Amino acid sequence: MPEEILLMDKITKVYPNGFVANKDVTFSINKGEIHALVGENGAGKTTLMKILFGIETPEEGRIVVKGKEVKIHNPLEAIEYGIGMVHQHFMLVPSLSVAENIYLGMEPKKNGLFDFEEACRLTEEACKKYNLIVNPRAAVQDLPVGQKQKVEILKALVRGADILVLDEPTAVLTPQETAELFVQLKALRDRGHTIVFISHKLNEIKELCDRLTVLRLGKSVGKAIVADVTEQDISRMMVGRDVVLKVDKPKAKPENAVLKVKNLVIVSESGKRIVDDVSFSVRKGEILGMAGVEGNGQSQISEAITGLLPYQSGTISINDVDVKGKSIRQIREMGVSHVSEDRMTYGISATSGVKDNVISDRYYKPEFNKGLFLDFKKIDELSDQLIKDFLIKCNDRDEAVRMLSGGNMQKVVVAREFSNNPHVIVCNQPTRGVDVGATEFIRKRIVELRDEGTAVLLISADLNEVLELSDSLIVMHNGKIAAYFEDASIIDDMTLGEYMLGVKTQTPEEIARVAYDK
Amino acid sequence: MTNKQLEKRFNALKTVAAVAVALVFAFVIIAFISDNVGEAVYQFLVGPLLRPSRIINVFERMTPLLFTGTAICIMYQANVFNMVGEGAFLIAASMATWFVTSNSTMGRLPIIAVCLIVGIGTGVLAAVIPAVLKIKFKANEIVSSLMMNYILLKISDYMLLYVLKDTASGLQASYPIPEQAKLTKITASFVKGTKLHSGFIIGLIVCVVAYLFIYRTKWGYEIRMVGANRSFAKYSGIKVLGVALATQLIGGGIAGLGGAVEILGYYDRFIWYGTQPGYGFDGVLVGVLAGNNPIMVPFAALFLAYLRSGAACMSRATDVPVEFVDVLQGIIIILVAAELFLAKTKHKLIVNNAKKNLEKEESAK
Repeated sequence: MPEEILLMDKITKVYPNGFVANKDVTFSINKGEIHALVGENGAGKTTLMKILFGIETPEEGRIVVKGKEVKIHNPLEAIEYGIGMVHQHFMLVPSLSVAENIYLGMEPKKNGLFDFEEACRLTEEACKKYNLIVNPRAAVQDLPVGQKQKVEILKALVRGADILVLDEPTAVLTPQETAELFVQLKALRDRGHTIVFISHKLNEIKELCDRLTVLRLGKSVGKAIVADVTEQDISRMMVGRDVVLKVDKPKAKPENAVLKVKNLVIVSESGKRIVDDVSFSVRKGEILGMAGVEGNGQSQISEAITGLLPYQSGTISINDVDVKGKSIRQIREMGVSHVSEDRMTYGISATSGVKDNVISDRYYKPEFNKGLFLDFKKIDELSDQLIKDFLIKCNDRDEAVRMLSGGNMQKVVVAREFSNNPHVIVCNQPTRGVDVGATEFIRKRIVELRDEGTAVLLISADLNEVLELSDSLIVMHNGKIAAYFEDASIIDDMTLGEYMLGVKTQTPEEIARVAYDK
Repeated sequence: MTNKQLEKRFNALKTVAAVAVALVFAFVIIAFISDNVGEAVYQFLVGPLLRPSRIINVFERMTPLLFTGTAICIMYQANVFNMVGEGAFLIAASMATWFVTSNSTMGRLPIIAVCLIVGIGTGVLAAVIPAVLKIKFKANEIVSSLMMNYILLKISDYMLLYVLKDTASGLQASYPIPEQAKLTKITASFVKGTKLHSGFIIGLIVCVVAYLFIYRTKWGYEIRMVGANRSFAKYSGIKVLGVALATQLIGGGIAGLGGAVEILGYYDRFIWYGTQPGYGFDGVLVGVLAGNNPIMVPFAALFLAYLRSGAACMSRATDVPVEFVDVLQGIIIILVAAELFLAKTKHKLIVNNAKKNLEKEESAK
């Protein structure tokens, strides 16, 4: 008889914007299993785990840990009950060493002072014990993502966690790093640890987990033993219908190069060359994918093209017009659209209405003004049309965007950026944090834009997305292009992973093919 | 009920609750310091209504607040917390006095028109310095504008002592404002001695125009977007720094217009010396109460003017000093501005509402 180690019973949580994130959710896990918590973005997985970790307070429900009912008010209490959490965004101090990060707040002391050597020794011991090898003296900022994740896991283990929650741990990893992580997690399970694995990647769940619980729209809709169900079964439970994430797209017919980037160099404030002599071009009617582990210069390239970030040298041109010295508005008027990866900062104004959000790039144009005043009849028409065309779920056009779900917020961004007849569109993580329905929709619209003759630069950390959508593909590593594939359909994700990690690099001649002159 | 309606209702409730808490607090203070509690409370609450002249008096007090309140609304819409309204109001009044007293032979229309323009211009100049410091050197505009206010106060003092002072008068006062420069008194022929002037109407017009500007024009849209999310505005192609600068100049200009209007409307001579008259800071309260919406400014200004008139009536009739209204003002600002005031009530309202909506959805299925 398996022993129930954790029970969350009838949990209900309502967010301050009135969004019901969890409704009577019951979640139970047994000692020594890897339990998958699956569901779409916005289904309430992260909220449920935040409640478990004491970050959010539930309105109703009880939590039972190891047979005792407990109230968890903050993360410190959660750790006392043996619950450790590895967040999607790492909670580490980048400038400190691995050992300092792991022992932060519980430092070994000698004569009242922090004993760094002892911390290193203890870290090494823990590394050996759990078979998670990292260099205790390395500064966290110099580590690759996979290693940082190990530090996070060690941090939880050293604090005595026997229930380990991992929130979408593979989202930032390459296929190789993912495989390594799975081996380590299985080893931890065999030592008696219990692991909650949050994910929506079905193949990973099949490979790794013992049982699963499915959340949909804030409710628990099913439980199963992983071996008994197929991936289709799980996806049906998650979404309520069969999902087709395959995009049917005709072969691209690329024409002349519209966006040309030549020898682009961007230096960070700390003096690092984040983008190091990068040249490529995107042709009319093609989707050029840009793959790579996040932080290898992709975001800086997208911001330089759209005028948000100054660059040190090189040229960027749209239809052979140099963008240097042009304002963001001038660049937009040249036909450049931009879906930013940072939706809440750049993509939307959360407190403003849907209407105010969809006109931000065109409100000043004569067709939306009548004399001194804005022409609200036209603006309302446009807003209603976009809400209809892009299937934005909202009460009305004046509803504040922060009241919408993540998927609908992204549709607001997409509605604006896709509807201004762009020559070039830079899509940076267009479906991050977006539910399956909206993801399908957005991907379809990207292909439609391409077929209408837009040059699309697609930046995504989601390998499936890049492989699925791109016509051709470049891989970024360390601020440089590591590889170019003229036909994206012939690559598999393992090969891609090798280029992303920098294990392999193409020759300069091979890479130079992506800089089309015409 | 949608969440938007709920939020609107809650914000109204919060403002009312803040005022109520402040009033209760006021009664407690009165109970402690007054020998005649009943009379004091009575005078404070209904004193301003007891005589026609007192009612008109409330509107007189309200007039300058229409300008300074609107100035604050526009700047706060862009998330710029420039407090120079106080100094802009004062220095504009001073310059307006200087202009009319040294051009006392000009005709009625030109002297008033040019004087108001001088007021606006002075206000704009006063706001330029903190605004530019912010944009060029990222100096916090709250600090630099508050400091600026002292500089402007001293300039105004200098002007009074060395330029404007009527040596024939025994008071610390300027030469008299020429008759033809004075704004028309609206109520003087009905109720003797009242000084409500056409500046009141100018103030109302300013509120309406500012409202249209903010909510109906492309420039107002830019201001609102810069205030709501600066990065989003920049990403959309709006020149964020230019907008921030412009709002501060507009705010300074409106406050300056208020200063000129007040001098030409209410006063016979410029008499402010040594301390700030406080209209700019009262404007902050008006702006906060109005929720940064210029169309709500007249109501907020009326409320504050009534409060101040009530306090004046009370201090005349009893032993409670007029300054006590400042305490009330402080409490109201803190409670209205405090995000977490009544946060628990709000959360409960939202949870209940969300549950009701869920049930409705489910029963509709």
